[in-house]
Amino acid sequence: MITTSHYLVLSLIVFTVGVVGVLTRRNVIIVFMSIELMLNAVNLNLVAFSDRLQDLAGQVFSVFVITVAAAEAAVGLGIVIALYRNRETVNVDEIDLMKW
Amino acid sequence: MEAFLFYTLAAILVTFAILTVTAHNPVRSAVYLISALLSVAGLFFLLRAEFVGAVQILVYVGGIMVLVLFVIMLVRVGEAERQPRASRRWKTAVALAVVLAVELGVLMVRGGASLQPSAVPRPAQTVGNTQAVGFMLYNDYLLAFEIASVLLLVALVGAVVLAKKEL
Repeated sequence: MITTSHYLVLSLIVFTVGVVGVLTRRNVIIVFMSIELMLNAVNLNLVAFSDRLQDLAGQVFSVFVITVAAAEAAVGLGIVIALYRNRETVNVDEIDLMKW
Repeated sequence: MEAFLFYTLAAILVTFAILTVTAHNPVRSAVYLISALLSVAGLFFLLRAEFVGAVQILVYVGGIMVLVLFVIMLVRVGEAERQPRASRRWKTAVALAVVLAVELGVLMVRGGASLQPSAVPRPAQTVGNTQAVGFMLYNDYLLAFEIASVLLLVALVGAVVLAKKEL
């Protein structure tokens, strides 16, 4: 019997893996993909609770999360291209102009 | 059968998630992420959320990941590969992530009483999942839906402005 807790634990693992990716990787594109991983963990939670409570609001919200992720992808990758054109790098350690 | 499918998809998801954040080559990382996203879609189907699962495949795998692959090919990654892939303070980062995981786990265990299998009985399905989600989207969440469409338009214009050399 698979319960909501199973999905919550799975989502916890995937979210933590995403956090590790965001914090440790230096390639900005891989950091971006780790963020997508975290968004997916959240979506999994929303849909799991939607199934548990038999309330479709969770599914509607995960559709909105996917929409925002698509907008974020478009803007984020635009920034990556602009950054690469100006600085010739995708390494987050070298992108430190706005760091104290 | 449900348990078998769940554990299979969960194993694929965790494996490819770890491979995504550890892979050297960003192209491989993207392909691993596509597999992870597909298994998330499988889990959505398992939860009887067919519409969200289909949107996941169409938007994430068909849209976002293709965009990511295009950007990886536009940006020269050869130089980035030669440098060490993890940042210098990776031990601190992993420690922070472990603290976060423990924190979330404690919250989950403490809230576990309310998660006991007393799930709401599944009502007999009169309409399909897509129809039900669409009904909700165009009635209760109509304003949010319209705002999301404006957000997408703004993101589209913003991405063009950012990526264009000169306007």
